[in-house]
Amino acid sequence: MEIGLGHYLTVAACLFTLGIFGIFLNRKNVIVILMSVELMLLAVNINLVAFSYFLQDLTGQVFALFILTVAAAEAAIGLAIIVVYYRNRGSIDVDDINMMKG
Amino acid sequence: MSTLMTYAPAFPELLLAVAALLFLMLGAFNDDNDKTGAFVGWLAIAAMIAAGALIVLQPADTKSLFNGAFVVDQFARFMKLLILGGSAVAILLSFDYLTAKGLMKFEYPILILLSTIGMMMMVSASDLISLYMGLELQSLALYVLAAMHRENVRSSESGLKYFVLGGLSSGMLLYGASLVYGFTGSTEFSVIANIAQSGTAAGNIGLIVGLVFMLVGLAFKISAVPFHMWTPDVYQGAPTPVTAFFAAAPKMAAMGLMMRALGSAFPGLEAQWQQVIWFVSIASMLLGAFAAIGQNNIKRLMAYSSIGHVGFALVGLAAGTQEGAQGVLVYLAIYLAMTLGTFACILAMQRGQDMIEDIDQLAGLAQNNLPMAFVLAMLMFSLAGIPPLAGFWAKVYVFWPAVKAGLYPLAIIGVVASVIGAYYYLRIVKIMFFDEPKEKFAPISTNLAVVMGASLFFIFAFAIPQLGGPIVSAAEAAAKSLRL
Repeated sequence: MEIGLGHYLTVAACLFTLGIFGIFLNRKNVIVILMSVELMLLAVNINLVAFSYFLQDLTGQVFALFILTVAAAEAAIGLAIIVVYYRNRGSIDVDDINMMKG
Repeated sequence: MSTLMTYAPAFPELLLAVAALLFLMLGAFNDDNDKTGAFVGWLAIAAMIAAGALIVLQPADTKSLFNGAFVVDQFARFMKLLILGGSAVAILLSFDYLTAKGLMKFEYPILILLSTIGMMMMVSASDLISLYMGLELQSLALYVLAAMHRENVRSSESGLKYFVLGGLSSGMLLYGASLVYGFTGSTEFSVIANIAQSGTAAGNIGLIVGLVFMLVGLAFKISAVPFHMWTPDVYQGAPTPVTAFFAAAPKMAAMGLMMRALGSAFPGLEAQWQQVIWFVSIASMLLGAFAAIGQNNIKRLMAYSSIGHVGFALVGLAAGTQEGAQGVLVYLAIYLAMTLGTFACILAMQRGQDMIEDIDQLAGLAQNNLPMAFVLAMLMFSLAGIPPLAGFWAKVYVFWPAVKAGLYPLAIIGVVASVIGAYYYLRIVKIMFFDEPKEKFAPISTNLAVVMGASLFFIFAFAIPQLGGPIVSAAEAAAKSLRL
């Protein structure tokens, strides 16, 4: 069977959906949320590279490289915020992030 | 030399970028104390004023740079001036608070500078890649600012929430951008616009799904319902000057980005995106009106108020006409002035070292400090949209194009929502003027008094044609260059 653009898009869509569900259904740990955000960005990268190959156009791959660098910076900032939060609260359980409500 | 001058339209951003790096060196090689922080803060304000002057001096034409990724037109100039104004005033508001809390680090103004550059890139973006890079430069700096008060659990919690939901919204936006790229074959807005206008676009499901995903991501950034959940928590938890900054500049930039993307990348698909804007606008207006009623924390109340105001501004965008876009721009300018003035008042709510955030504590302010009570009361009237204050004219400028475009339900719901919303604004006025006085607040610092005075002047003077006129005609020129 020939693997076409549709297959790549399906994989990316599945990964993206997993990422979103990982953020909303996860009740345990903030690190898992960080991983889910990362998963979403990687799903986008699969999309972009697949499109780039099938369109024979380099822009998509350049875009993917930009996303990779930004995702790295974002993960660094996210982990730093989690460390600060842990120092104050002594826990990074999602259920404990409830100081403010209403 | 001539090569350098081809980049002249980008000089304001370049100036701020170089300034941010220089200030970072300055901070790193000086003692890490309040003095260095305040000094860098003033330098940052000066850099923003210089960048604003460069923008004002630019000829009023449309220039495209970096292979069409960066466009400077009247719309971009208008939005950039609003963004620079919001950021500079937000720094001005923060000196006293941050010094009192021991947070006046030199990193603070530098982070604001960097996010300001990001915002300026956002409103100038005319390519999906530059759109994303501008957005992330802004967002990454904002996450850090929200969590800046490291010893405070609320501040770090608000930073964490902002980070998670900001990351989610960036992901949505990017997924949409990848689909738009795949189904049009280009990331450039001009190419996307050609395909969007080409008759077959309405049947291009991939393009439309991509457009909707991008709109969802952008709705997160402007905190429109149903993607507003982070706003109240972030507003309440972040240090108050940071909240003032969040309410001012990033909102302008995200609205600008939304108008730019819809206007210059998806001009043929109005029928598709107008439905989304419609729904989001109505939901935001109603939630902003109802959810704020029960709030007792004034920062939280301002968060719901900002959600409502975003809904009102979107009414103009839903009209989809040039006049509607002009209305949105006028609305944003007036909202900027009102929100900065209100936050100056909130920052003045202080007893000794304690910052007060409860609305009850404003009781009887009129007897303790009549000028402050008067300013806050007028700002509340203006936010509620009572004539002849600026907030009323802002609503006229967005509702009128909507009525002209035949969007009667939207305009009627908007008027109803602003009447309901008036209840909680007027409740604050009632508490200040008619309740038993509480203990006095600390004397107001000069910086806060200047901002309060300027915003009071603005909301009264906007009705005078000589003062409001230039803003309206600048907004008109800006809307024209957007070709919405």
